[in-house]
Amino acid sequence: MSFPGVDYMDIDSLYSEDELMVRQTVRDFVDEEVLPIIEHANREEKFPNHLIPKMAEMGLFGATIKEYDLPGLNNVAYGLIMQELERGDSGLRSFASVQSGLVMYPIYTYGSKEQRDYWIPKLAAGEKIGCFGLTEPDFGSNPGGMRTYARRDGNSWVLNGAKAWITNGSVADVAVVWAKCEGTIRGFIVEKGTPGFTTAYHMGKFSLRASVTSQLFFEDCRIPAENVLPETNGLKYPLGCLTQARYGIAWGGLGAAMAVYNTALEYSKSRIQFGGMPIASHQLVQNKLAWMVTEITKGQLLATQMGRLKDQGKLKPHHVSMGKMNNVNIALECARMARDILGANGVSDEYPVIRHMMNLESVKTYEGTHDIHNLIIGHAVTGIPAYNPPMSAQAEQEATERAAELAKK
Amino acid sequence: MNSVVCISHVPDTESRIKVSGDGRHIDEAGLKFIVSPYDEFALEEAIRLKEKNGGDVTVVTYGPERAAQALRECLARGATKALHIKGESADADALGIAKVLAAAIRSVPHDIVFFGKQGVGTDNGLVGPMTAELLGYPQVNVVTHLEVADGKLTASREIEGAEEVIEAPLPAVITAQKGLNEPRYASLKGIMAAKKIAIDTKSVADLGLDESNILNQRVVFVSLQLPPEKAGGRKIDASDPAAAAQEIIKFIREEAKAL
Repeated sequence: MSFPGVDYMDIDSLYSEDELMVRQTVRDFVDEEVLPIIEHANREEKFPNHLIPKMAEMGLFGATIKEYDLPGLNNVAYGLIMQELERGDSGLRSFASVQSGLVMYPIYTYGSKEQRDYWIPKLAAGEKIGCFGLTEPDFGSNPGGMRTYARRDGNSWVLNGAKAWITNGSVADVAVVWAKCEGTIRGFIVEKGTPGFTTAYHMGKFSLRASVTSQLFFEDCRIPAENVLPETNGLKYPLGCLTQARYGIAWGGLGAAMAVYNTALEYSKSRIQFGGMPIASHQLVQNKLAWMVTEITKGQLLATQMGRLKDQGKLKPHHVSMGKMNNVNIALECARMARDILGANGVSDEYPVIRHMMNLESVKTYEGTHDIHNLIIGHAVTGIPAYNPPMSAQAEQEATERAAELAKK
Repeated sequence: MNSVVCISHVPDTESRIKVSGDGRHIDEAGLKFIVSPYDEFALEEAIRLKEKNGGDVTVVTYGPERAAQALRECLARGATKALHIKGESADADALGIAKVLAAAIRSVPHDIVFFGKQGVGTDNGLVGPMTAELLGYPQVNVVTHLEVADGKLTASREIEGAEEVIEAPLPAVITAQKGLNEPRYASLKGIMAAKKIAIDTKSVADLGLDESNILNQRVVFVSLQLPPEKAGGRKIDASDPAAAAQEIIKFIREEAKAL
C-alpha cells in the first residue's frame, strides 16, 4: 500500500517539481523497504542495517552538500526527506539526521580540508557511520556544564569523561565528541577502536527501539593533535550542529504525524460499531481527525517557511525552536489521538501508531526538550533569558566563588 | 551501445478509477500517474547496459502533456535523453501507438529497444511486438534474463515448465518481464541532474505521420464501464448448528456447485 500523502490545503503547490520528486523517491523507498520490516525491527530492538547501503546509494546522507559529488539539495527537499523517513520510523530518521546533520555537518563546516576529504565521502557512502557526543549523564539541557575534558599532551589530545544517550554510539566508526579544553569547548574526531574509548548500549528503551542508543566512555583516550575540529571554539559550535538536526526533526515530526493520522483515518472509515456505521461517522471521532489534519497542515506551513528562510540564509535558531517544539508536540498529540481512535488495536504493533507514539516521547525530549525550546522562544520575544532559574544562578555564583577561594589557598 | 526504452505513463495501480463524462475515457482528475511497472524493468536493464558499455539511454513516450513527468523520472534514474511525442494516445490502438513509436525510434541512434511486456493501464501487450515488426527487427518477449555482446543478444524467457533461450542479432526489441532485474530508486543526485536535461518534444506530424490516421482507427473504445459492485455475502443463522451445516452443504452443492 503506497502512502497517499496528507495535503489538505494544496501544500504541494508550494514545492518545486524536483522537491516533489525527491519526496516521492524517499516515499517509495519507505513504503517498499521500511514499512514491511520496521515493526519487527522495533520489536527485536534492532536497527535495520541492511537499509544503510540503499540509503547511501540514493544519496540521503549529506544531501545538501554540493561538493564531493553529493546532490546539493535545497533545505526544503532535505526536509521532505526527513519527513518521509520519519513517516517510516523516528529511529530511521534519527540515523540519517545524526549522520548528515551532526557528523557530516560539523566535519564539513568546522573541519580541516584533510578531515573533510577523508571523512565526507566515506560518511556519504555509508562506509563509515558516525555519532555525536554532546549530552552527558548529568548534563542534558545544560551542555555547557559538561565534565568531559581534553588535555593537550605533546602531539596528542587526551580525553576523559562520559557521554550518554548517543544515537548510533555503539555502531559508529567515528564519534564527533565535544569536550572542555583550555577554557572553551571544542570538537574532536575520535575513531572506533582508539584505546581508552569504549561504548555501552542503553538497554530497556521503550522508545526508538529500532535505533541504537549508547553511552560513550573516555579514559585517558589519546587521539592525534590534528583530530580537533580546528574551527570549534565554544558552545555555539555544537549548538550550530543541533540547529541543523532540529530543523530536520521539525519535518520528521510531520512525517510521524502523517503516518498516525492516515492510519486513524483509514481505520475509522472501516471500523463498524453501533448500527452498521463506521466510527468515522461519529462526531467525537471526526473532531479528533479534524484536529490532527489542521495541526499537520499548520506544521507543514511552518516547516516549509523555515526551509525557504534557511535557503535564503535568514533562518535563526529561535525559528527552528518553534518548528521543532510545535511539530513534534502535535505529532505526539496526533499519535495519542490515533491510539484512542484505534481502540485496543491502537496498542498492538499490527498498526504503526503505538510505535510512533513511543518514539515521539524521545523526540519530544532530545535535541532540545519541548520546554527548553519554549524558553528559547520566550528569550527571543522578551529579550530575557530564563533558562537558569535565579536561585540556581545564585547558587552557581556562590559555588564559583568558593572554588576561587579554595584555589587562592 | 545505445538503447531506446519506450515507456507508458499509467494511473497508479492503487488508483480508484472513475469513468469520465464522455463514457469512453477515465477521469484523470486527482489521479496519480506512474511509469508503468514493467517499463521500470526495461529501463533498469538499459541503464545497466549503459553502465557496462557506455552510450545513451533514450526514453521515449507517446502521450499527453503529463507524460513528460514520466520521462523526467526516468532521467532521474539514469536515462540520458528523452523524447516526448505529444498526442492523445488514449485514443490510439496498439498498431497506432506502434507506428508512432517506430517512427520515433528511427529518429534516434539505437542498437537495442526495450519495452515493458505490457502497460498496466489497459494491459496492452501488443505495442512492443508490433513496433518490432514495423521496424523489421527480431524480438524476444517477456524476457527474464538478458546478455548483450558482440552485436547479438541472448535472452531467456519462461515457458511452461522450462526456460527458453533465444539468440538474436542487433538491433532487436526486448519486452521485459518482472524478474529481469531489480529496478533502482532514483538517486537524489540523479533528480538534480535530470533537471538539466531538456526533453525533446515532437508532434506526431513532426515524425511524418498523420495523427488522424493514428487515432480511433481499427480498434475504437466504444465505452468504459466499472465492474459491477460485489454482492454482499449471505449470513446463515448458527443458532441450530446442525441446520446451519445442512444449509452450508446445500449452498456448496447447489449454488457454488463445488461438490
